[in-house]
Parts: sequence; structure tokens; C-alpha cells
Amino acid sequence: MSAGGTAADRAKATPPLRPPVSDVELVGLTPKTPAQKFTRWLSRSSVQIVLVIVALFWLMPTIGLLITSLRPAEAFARTGWWQAITEPSQLTLENYTSLLGDSDLIDAVLSTFYIAIPSTLLPVFMAALAGYALAWIPFKGRDTLFLILVGLLVVPLQMALIPAFSVFRTFGLSGLPALWLFHTAFGLPLAIFLMRNYFAGLPGSLIEAARIDGASEWKIFLKVILPLGFPALASLTIFQFTWTWNDLLVALVFSTKQQPITLFLRDRLGEFSTGIGVISPGVFLSAIVPLIIFFAFQRYFEAGLLGGSVK
Amino acid sequence: MKRGKWLLAAAFLAPAIVVLVGLVVWPALRTIFDSFYGPAGKEFVGLDNYRDMFRFERMRIAIRNSFIWVIAFPFFVTITGLILAVLSERVRWRTAFRLMLFMPAAIAILSSGIIWRIMYEANPERGAVNALLNIPASMFSPPGDLAGATPSTDAAFDRDGLIVSLDVGRDGGTVLVGMIGIREDEIPESAVQASSIADSPEPPGAGTLVGVVWRDARPGENERGVVEAGEFGIPDVVVRLIDAQDQELATGVTEPDGSFRITGIEPGAYRARIPASEFREPWGGITWLAPELATMSAIIAGIWIWGGFALLVIASGLASIPRELQEAARVDGANEWQVFRRVTVPLLAPVLGVVFVTLTINALKMFDLIIGIAPGSVQDEANVIALEMWRTAFTGLGNRGLGSAIAVFLFLLILPVMIFNIRRFRIEEERR
Repeated sequence: MSAGGTAADRAKATPPLRPPVSDVELVGLTPKTPAQKFTRWLSRSSVQIVLVIVALFWLMPTIGLLITSLRPAEAFARTGWWQAITEPSQLTLENYTSLLGDSDLIDAVLSTFYIAIPSTLLPVFMAALAGYALAWIPFKGRDTLFLILVGLLVVPLQMALIPAFSVFRTFGLSGLPALWLFHTAFGLPLAIFLMRNYFAGLPGSLIEAARIDGASEWKIFLKVILPLGFPALASLTIFQFTWTWNDLLVALVFSTKQQPITLFLRDRLGEFSTGIGVISPGVFLSAIVPLIIFFAFQRYFEAGLLGGSVK
Repeated sequence: MKRGKWLLAAAFLAPAIVVLVGLVVWPALRTIFDSFYGPAGKEFVGLDNYRDMFRFERMRIAIRNSFIWVIAFPFFVTITGLILAVLSERVRWRTAFRLMLFMPAAIAILSSGIIWRIMYEANPERGAVNALLNIPASMFSPPGDLAGATPSTDAAFDRDGLIVSLDVGRDGGTVLVGMIGIREDEIPESAVQASSIADSPEPPGAGTLVGVVWRDARPGENERGVVEAGEFGIPDVVVRLIDAQDQELATGVTEPDGSFRITGIEPGAYRARIPASEFREPWGGITWLAPELATMSAIIAGIWIWGGFALLVIASGLASIPRELQEAARVDGANEWQVFRRVTVPLLAPVLGVVFVTLTINALKMFDLIIGIAPGSVQDEANVIALEMWRTAFTGLGNRGLGSAIAVFLFLLILPVMIFNIRRFRIEEERR
């Protein structure tokens, strides 16, 4: 945006030989006759209009949810959420204040954190360790091992649910530890892939220098690799956290007492219309955490999600 | 020294390898093994589970739906992403636009399903999708003023509407058309107390027909066929006067008190017709989450969830295409469509492939969206393979053998797509 502004300022001061680049992009050639100017204006503004409409359509479901969560359940049974736009008196915080008294939901939100935080930190840390070894410690069969580990991406987690369930029960690891370990296992192949590739791209001279100075590999990992690998670690952490926060399937199988918010919501879908006063604010609460992360760490988020698109 | 390095590497790799072997490799092998055993995992049944899988109705529906998902979902999402990526190149607020569209990808898929379930409410008064479609629907065939009403006086419906027989004498004539079946909240705001004109002892006058169309009901007691205090007229109703040959002679429209007046009629026997359009019901909306539509509706919700992802990946691919090629095509006289079709799309082919493959894997693993969007009674009809695997293995009695077989089937479907994806990974790797 700011670049466009400065280009326009410059254009005012000294008439450029060519229009600013962004204008050339729009239609390609510089318009000469009024007719050409008109066509250009038309094509440019019709694109704008189309995109504004698309954006509004895309926002509508989320806005609808937010408004639904701010209306009483009786209103949901009678009219659509958009009625509240012309009649804002319908809006109330009632659903949210009554949620504060709903210990089930508060437990669910807390449980989601209990599940998601270790399920994020464990695989990121293990993958960073493995990634370092695979990138910077030479040993026989290293590339083959890397290929095998990444190759595990082909295994959908459905392939492991049933035996893992039995194993966790046998060892008395049901509930939280089961969730942590299972999320870790299925987060690892991608995490190792991303970590090893990022670390491999770091300048070797730094690591060699540290080795010559007599630093141990552990120290190099902590003091050189982790700080330099921050962007990749951040993307991966955000990706894995969002993934586990939003998970339903793993929670359905392994959760016992501690149920994440997705399970809380799923259990209430049976009475959809009457339960909407709990469901809609619940959905909003489940969405707000990843959305905050999304807007706060936008760039890392995108990088993580694009990298993780194979999962 | 060599040995030391090896031990060192093993120390760094051990945690990851232990977890991967224990919770991915071993369970996956065990699942293959289990798939040849019975429900409790005890007796060997050979390939029975793989045969039964295709026999159960629920699983067959799941396979059919997953097939629809794989055919439709990657295609529509990639197309959406491509069109929006190319269009958003042309506006200055492209970053904001792409961010807005990418937002749904951050939300739990279950939550997105619930969000769309609210959107898909069947009643156009409550569901936003049907409310939007209702705008053109009510423009082309607006609901009538008498929707849902039936006559309380002597009248009969024919193909073209409601017919009332009447006589016009030398002093004119009167006709009463009472209506019941109109809810109190359906009375138009402009309506007032129904006119008593037709009851007046004074004749309407030569060649004049007066009539009243009114809601023949009021709170408490009321007498059918008589205009009483507290009963409302129905405004804006069209009344056509027709003769024995079905020729239309004149048309009247009711006032707020329900009365209408037609003048210049010869004495004789006539019929009055209220056209069928006055009785037309308001559009009832599409039941998007009905069994036969649920998969399609879920795919539309899927476009909303993944469209932004496709847009973002394709846009980043678009940014790396050398501009000169498109410029050169334009200078050579190609129009925008030709540039798009002959230059942009071929150059984007690798990126489009990545998006398509990723979405195909997502389509095969579809799970949470169905749970969120489909009402309980429709879950069987909207079923997909990944969902059926969980249902078979973990709900009800839990059939371990069959659940394992479904998991293996899912794995075999995903395997070729995933191998393609990983090979692409390696190619990108080598390019660095």
C-alpha cells in the first residue's frame, strides 16, 4: 500500500515516462484514447466489484456465527441472524455470560490447552533434534533414514488408531499422555522434514567454527541452531498448535476425562436448535484462539500451513 | 571417531525414532495384521473383512460419497483458487483479500461445519443461503396475498384460481369471499376492519358489482360467511369478472378494507375468479442438508474452508512467473483470456498440480466436516470412508477387524497420491 502511495507522489512531482508498474499490470498497455481509458476503468472496477462481493460472501458465514452467538436461542428458532442487523436490540451477551457459569465449557477450553501445548512442544523439540542430526552430523545411511522418516507421511493416522488405543490402555496411558504421544507421532514426519531442510540451509561455516572452538554438539544445537532456526521453528509450532487445537478425530478416540472443545461441541450437536445458545458461542470460542494466532503471526502461520499442506 | 559420531547422531535421533516406531510403524503393521481377523481380533477370517466392507450399505454409501468428494472437491477448490488468484492480482488490496479468504483455514473443520449448518437452515426466514436465493425467487414468483388460505364462503378452486358464482341484477350485485387459514401474523399491515358494504341494505346501483375479500376469522367466536367487527379485509387481491365463455370482462383490486368495485356490467350470471397467483405459497427453501443433497452442500462448505488455501498457494506461484511472458503475449495482440489460457495456466501447471493433489488427500481424509455439518439423521447418507472407519471401529460394539480393513483400504487410496506429493517434495529439494 505505502509503495503505491509513494509512487503516486513521485508521479505528481515529475511526470514519469511510463506509468507506475502496478498500473501497467492492470491491463497491460497504456491507454491512449478515451474509449481505451473507459474500457480500462470498466475492467478494473468490475474486478474490484466482483472481488468485494466474493469477500463479503466469504465473510458472511463467520459474521453469521458471531451474530447467532449474540442472539437468544428463541430468536434462532424464529428468524435468521441477519434480522439483528436491522434490529440490534436482539443482541445480548446472555449466551456468553451463561457460558461463564458452564463449567463444562471452561473445562473444555482448559483441556484444549492441556492437550495442544505438550502436543506441540514435544514434536517440535524432537524434530529439531532429529533435524539437526540429519542435517549436520554425518553418519552412514543418513539420507536413507531421512527418506524413511519423511516417507511415514504416507501413513494416514487411521492406520494407527486401533492398535495405539489398545497399547495406551494396556500401559495405563489413556487420556492426556495418549493424546500427547499420538499427536507427537503423527506430527513428527512433517516436522522432521521441515526442520532438517531448514537447518541444512544454514551456513555451515558457523557450525564448523563452533566445532573448532570445541563446543559440544549439544551446545551447538542450543546456541547456534535453535536461534538461527527460529523462523522455521515458529512456523512449525504455530502449525502444529493449530492442528492439535482443531483436532477432533484423535480426541474422539483417546480422550477420557479431559475433553477438548471440539468434543464438547460434537456432544451437543444432537440438540442443534435448542442447544444453539451453547453451540454458537462455543464455536466462536474454539475459533478465536487460532484466529488470534493467525492474525498475530500471519507470516509464520502461512508458511507453516503451506509447508504442512501435505499432512 | 566414526563410532562416536554414530552414537551422537543416535542420541539426537532416538526420541523421534522411538515415538515413530512405537506409534506409527508398529501400529500400522498391526492394523494390516488385524484386518485379517474377526471383530474381536481373535479368529483368523482371511479376506472376509475386505469382502464384507463392500457389502455393507453404510460403507457402500461412504465409498460412493468419498468418490464424489475426490472428483468434485479438488476440482472446484483449485478452480476457485485459480480464478481468485488471477483476479486479485489486479487490485491493490490483494493482501487483505487473500488474508480474508484464508481465514477459514485457521478454524477447526468441525466448527466450520457447524457454521455452515447454520447457513443451510432450510427455512428462508432462518437460513442465510436460502434467504439469498429467496430474493430472486420472490422477484420472479412472489408469494400471493392469500397464500395458504381457503374459502369459508361458497367457492371452489379450479386450475386458474378460486371461482365464485354471482348474479348481477338491475340494481347491481354483491359478492362475499371469506377466507380462513390466514394466521394472525400474516394479516398485512395495511389491512383495516373489513368493509360491511356488501351487507348494506342499499343496492350498489345499476351495472355495479361490489364485493369483499376478507379474513373470516377473529379472536373468539365468529360466524362463517358474515363480516363481523374485528375481522380484517385483505388488500391488494385481484378479482377478475368472467362470463360463461370464460372471457375476462373486468378486473377489480381490493382496498385495505377488502372491498372492490366493478362498474359497467350488464345484468346476468357471472363468475368471479381470484387468480391462482394470489394463493401462491412463499418459496419454502431448499433443504440443503437433506440426505440426497448433503454431500454436495458439504463440498460447497469445503470450498469455503480450502478456497483460501488454494488461492494463497496459486498466488505465490503466480508471483514467481516472469511477467515478461504475459507482457509479450499482450504485445503480440493476445486478449486477456488468451493470455490466461495460453500463458498463465501452463506456467502455473506445477503449482496447480500441488494444490490439486493436496486437496485430493484432504478429500479422502474428510471426517470432521461431515460430523459438524450433517444432522444426526443424515450422517449415514453423508458418510465418507474415514468417518466410517471410526464408526466401525470405535462406536457401537466396535469391530476391530472390519475397522482395520477400512483403514487399510483408505491407506491404499491415499498411498499413490501421497507418493506423488512426496516425490514433488524431493524434486523441490533438489532444485535448491
